[in-house]
Amino acid sequence: MYDVIIIGCGVTGAATAYELARYKLRAAVLEAANDIAAGTTKANSAIVHAGYDPEPGTLMARLNVEGNRLTGEICDRLQVPFKRVGSLVVAFTQEQLATLQTLYDRGCENGVPGLRLLSGEEARALEPQLSEEVCGALLAPSAGVIDPWGFAIAMAETAVRGGVELRRSCPVTAIAAVPGGFELQTPEGKFCARFVLNAAGVDADRVHNLLEPTDWHTLPNRGEYYLLDKTEGGRVSRVIFQCPGPEGKGVLVAPTVHGNLICGPNAESVEDRRDLGNSAAGMAEVRAKAVRSVPGLDWRQNIRNFAGLRANTTRSDFIIEESQAHPGFIDLAGIKSPGLTSAPAIAKLAASMLADRGLALEPDPDFVDGREHIVFKNLSAEEKNALIRKDPRYGRVVCRCETITEGEIVAALHSPIPPCTINGVKRRCNAGMGRCQGGFCGPRVQEIIARELGLDQADVLLDQAGTYILTEKTKMGGNADV
Amino acid sequence: MYDLIVVGGGPAGLAAACKAWEDGVRKVLVLERDKELGGILNQCIHSGFGLQRFKEELTGPEYAGRYIQMLRKTGVEVKLDSMVLQILPGKDGAPHQVHAINGQDGYMVLETKAIVLAMGCRERTRGAISIPGERGSGIFTAGAAQRYLNMEGYMVGRRVVILGSGDIGLIMARRMTLEGAKVLACVELMPYSGGLTRNIVQCLQDFDIPLYLSHTITDIKGHDRVEQVTVSQVGPDRRPVPGTEMVFDCDTVLLSVGLIPENELTRQAGIGMDRRTNGAVVYENMETGIPGIFACGNVVHVHDLVDYVSAESERAGAAAAAYVQGTEAQGPVLELAAGDGVSYTVPQHVRTESLAKPAEVFFRVNRVTQAAEILATDAAGKTIARFKREHMAPGEMERVALPPQLLKLAQGPLTLSIREV
Repeated sequence: MYDVIIIGCGVTGAATAYELARYKLRAAVLEAANDIAAGTTKANSAIVHAGYDPEPGTLMARLNVEGNRLTGEICDRLQVPFKRVGSLVVAFTQEQLATLQTLYDRGCENGVPGLRLLSGEEARALEPQLSEEVCGALLAPSAGVIDPWGFAIAMAETAVRGGVELRRSCPVTAIAAVPGGFELQTPEGKFCARFVLNAAGVDADRVHNLLEPTDWHTLPNRGEYYLLDKTEGGRVSRVIFQCPGPEGKGVLVAPTVHGNLICGPNAESVEDRRDLGNSAAGMAEVRAKAVRSVPGLDWRQNIRNFAGLRANTTRSDFIIEESQAHPGFIDLAGIKSPGLTSAPAIAKLAASMLADRGLALEPDPDFVDGREHIVFKNLSAEEKNALIRKDPRYGRVVCRCETITEGEIVAALHSPIPPCTINGVKRRCNAGMGRCQGGFCGPRVQEIIARELGLDQADVLLDQAGTYILTEKTKMGGNADV
Repeated sequence: MYDLIVVGGGPAGLAAACKAWEDGVRKVLVLERDKELGGILNQCIHSGFGLQRFKEELTGPEYAGRYIQMLRKTGVEVKLDSMVLQILPGKDGAPHQVHAINGQDGYMVLETKAIVLAMGCRERTRGAISIPGERGSGIFTAGAAQRYLNMEGYMVGRRVVILGSGDIGLIMARRMTLEGAKVLACVELMPYSGGLTRNIVQCLQDFDIPLYLSHTITDIKGHDRVEQVTVSQVGPDRRPVPGTEMVFDCDTVLLSVGLIPENELTRQAGIGMDRRTNGAVVYENMETGIPGIFACGNVVHVHDLVDYVSAESERAGAAAAAYVQGTEAQGPVLELAAGDGVSYTVPQHVRTESLAKPAEVFFRVNRVTQAAEILATDAAGKTIARFKREHMAPGEMERVALPPQLLKLAQGPLTLSIREV
């Protein structure tokens, strides 16, 4: 019997596992996909919000502001790319200036530090590429940009190193209340736990329904993005939001923590929870809205489009509550924006809820709250040289666009949560993230994965189950082996 | 301290290094990022290379092999598996610095009198053209698929739609067919092919693979692996025409939608770039805007035939040798401009005083023409040279040779244009 089982290892599950790893507990995380951070966590705006957006008094308001602070601390400790670049909400009309005032007031009430209302000129002085149409802005210095999957992976790795068990490709197919806890069925067998935390993201309603009907359900909402080349990365230096209003929330234009430029998302309700496609109309909408903030955007520098699903629900706030019929089963659900920012605060709230319900949280003195993570290109020439001398694989650049070495890829493949797919490697060390999008390094990464994990190259997938790359040997390839 | 460092050991770098050695430069280093010399030619196992340069039909590896053999007869030093991270141009005649790494030497800071940039190009991806749809596996650039088939010995799919009619895509249509795959269609946005005519004939027509001109992919279905693509006709504005959709059930999409010179090092070094070629602005001897730094091959502009890459790179090698030996090209600069029907010119600048031979100017046309003239017209409106062509197409590179005596008379800029006759 585990003390706690977390269902789902997106950023919420990972943050919660990381929080629980501090204590002497028997905890496990069950992830349905073949890798962690593979749902909404990998496809979002990658923004750490300041916290002026949520209505005061909501969970979202409280957890956002607290999460913002905690995120900075965690990223320092775990070497996660995070830059507190600040954000501007821009207004194009007089009505929108009133919205800025509302956001300012709300932010002050929520405890957001350093908010300032700016004139259009002041905003353009900070961000010269902003449209002439901008007539005012709300500056929030505490907003930032982050590597969202890197954040989740770093927390999950630290949790696993600290003794939390992780199972991947392990979807929960049935949940039953048993004396003293819950029994979870999976293809990997049964798991029993005293407490269950449901962090299953978009599918949290379905997971809850395995135990009992919910009075809420997910309303998946798709957002589409453009990711532009680093040549466009300097277009703005802060996150540029548009005012929420009757026409929708508007789209953002922001530098990414990796130096690219991200534009998006639009918002579209979808039925299919696997619908991560881009549509011509959606992409056109993002382009049209983004240039309203920053007219000079060069779409020819696009390197990737993608889409993510918001875990919106029939409720407006995060759903962080215990089942009334089944005490000990706690939802961490409906974690839409600002969920990424809030995750560390959600984790702390979850831990305190467990403590309130009688789980003894005794600190584990052996827990190491830190992580070594080598990013070759960020080292000085001397450090690079020393590293290559120690391990010549750091002298072989595999991903040319992002200057990622074989040493980093091999390190990822032997990390506490080793990836087994090309995109899994990408999310751990950025190989294939650049302008050629893995066209050059993809086959090489696949070879390295096969070699390090003892797999046949043809069995190495691009991403989730079913994403095979190779079909069979060529005629000559087959002969050459004989 | 080296006399010359060549960045890249593909066809361009090999030809430049061989030529510089032949011209008497002795401390030459080639830095190649792959495990062997030859560059992309190593995966081009089809024939058709070398008809111009060697007057015989070679495969890619054979063509590369010829140059590798030539290089082995020289004392040119080669470092394989070595990646250049940064180029720092020397100021006021000081040596240039090349920062590179490999597993053996660690982090190297190399000084040199001259540099030849020969990094080649990369393929445009799905992102560059924003194809709508899902993002399952089975979507490859043609060159990545070529690597899987020809270098690794794996097939990448069974039912294939190819977007773009660039040469690599056409070659892969044939290659996949020969391996037993069904190539359902080759789809080209433009009203003409982007590849060589001989490849349209030998790789599509000979295998009954339909070529849909003025069409594009408007949707890709398949959450895990490609399952289906939608192809639509495009109008003169290149936008899809509703109601013209065709659906293909397939598991693979190959993209052959253009090549981009790989100039991150060039830009970082502060070398002037041409927005049309995406390569460095060069003089008649392939020198960039920074004295002593030369560029050649696909890193300057995308060529159609490797034979022309070799010829251009030999010019760069010779010029680098002359620079090392103290003969700097100087004199008044005549600018070349792209006029009607011409996409770009390489070189963009000619130092007429330094020309011993006619200036070879490469360019591409931006429309298909039958019976046309290439005109070189100076700023005074005087046509100083004209060249007749039976057929020109954007997929094929054009070349004219402008004699020094004519160029010296021209008032700049000199505009190249085409005119149907």
